[in-house]
Amino acid sequence: MASVPPFETFYAEHAGEVLRLLRRRLGRERADDAFQETFLRALRAYDRLGHAEHLRSWVLTIATRVAIDAHRRAGERTDELPDVPHTDGRPAYEELAFLTDTLPPKERAAVVLRYGYDLDYDQIAAALDSTEEAARQAASSGVRRLRRRIT
Amino acid sequence: MTVPTELDLRFRETAARSGLLDAAYDVIESELGPLLAAVTDHGLARISFDPEPERELEALARLAGPRVLRTPRALDGTRRELDDYFAGRRTSFDLELDLRGLTEFTLRVLGELAKVPYGRTETYAELAARSGNARASRAVGMVMNRNPIPIVLPCHRIVGSSGSLVGYGGGLERKERLLRLEGAML
Repeated sequence: MASVPPFETFYAEHAGEVLRLLRRRLGRERADDAFQETFLRALRAYDRLGHAEHLRSWVLTIATRVAIDAHRRAGERTDELPDVPHTDGRPAYEELAFLTDTLPPKERAAVVLRYGYDLDYDQIAAALDSTEEAARQAASSGVRRLRRRIT
Repeated sequence: MTVPTELDLRFRETAARSGLLDAAYDVIESELGPLLAAVTDHGLARISFDPEPERELEALARLAGPRVLRTPRALDGTRRELDDYFAGRRTSFDLELDLRGLTEFTLRVLGELAKVPYGRTETYAELAARSGNARASRAVGMVMNRNPIPIVLPCHRIVGSSGSLVGYGGGLERKERLLRLEGAML
């Protein structure tokens, strides 16, 4: 397994996309601090990664968490953990969160990113290095699997 | 999306201050063209005449760890001493050096090399003799060729026994310019 590239290479490759994600979620002003925080968190963990796989989804996940933390600090109702209305047939994420640990990795990631982090399917596809359609399918089969377990 | 320069620099400086970096580097403009210089916690680890960082960064990551980042501020001390040297205001360097990962022989040769004074030259054979093996000139030549910190460790001051320049990792033209700067060649 290839080891991680020098941090400079990793940073240069993903900085633009991370900033775009953060600006969309936090607005231009707050995105700057979150950008810095994202790459500092990545830096802190970088020498323990030990492999070069999924670096993109890894850093986008960190950025998403940083954005959630920023919302929380600001005392805002986080739309990352939405009160998903039951009426449209989607489960409330809070009710399912404890179960997602048992899902297959891809489905778990898709479910958590969709319902936990409220990412769109194109963002999830980007984070998982897959297609929008595959992300949608993974999320929906994850949810189906969870439903079967609940009922 | 391009990251605005100010934000980019801010992250790089915070990263350097955080103490999380294994190595920091920058490209320093000099009389000899751009130089890539890198420092670690242990000191200056690399000066390269090849300013294309790709290969150098990989080597640095192997030496010091993967958290290698371009952080201009971290190279301020190195930049200042190199500027002074090229301006003729400095004849020796006060920089800490990071020579981890080198063999005992290489360290011995580089240690002796560091003693060759500004403006003077010495032959490969003389340096070999001072390093403990008069017949090791070829091996000494290899050490010069792979010198990780040229200019500061003055391999440009080592010449052939006939006085010819022989070779230089950064090209003979650079060797000649360094020796002229130091007044060693007329």
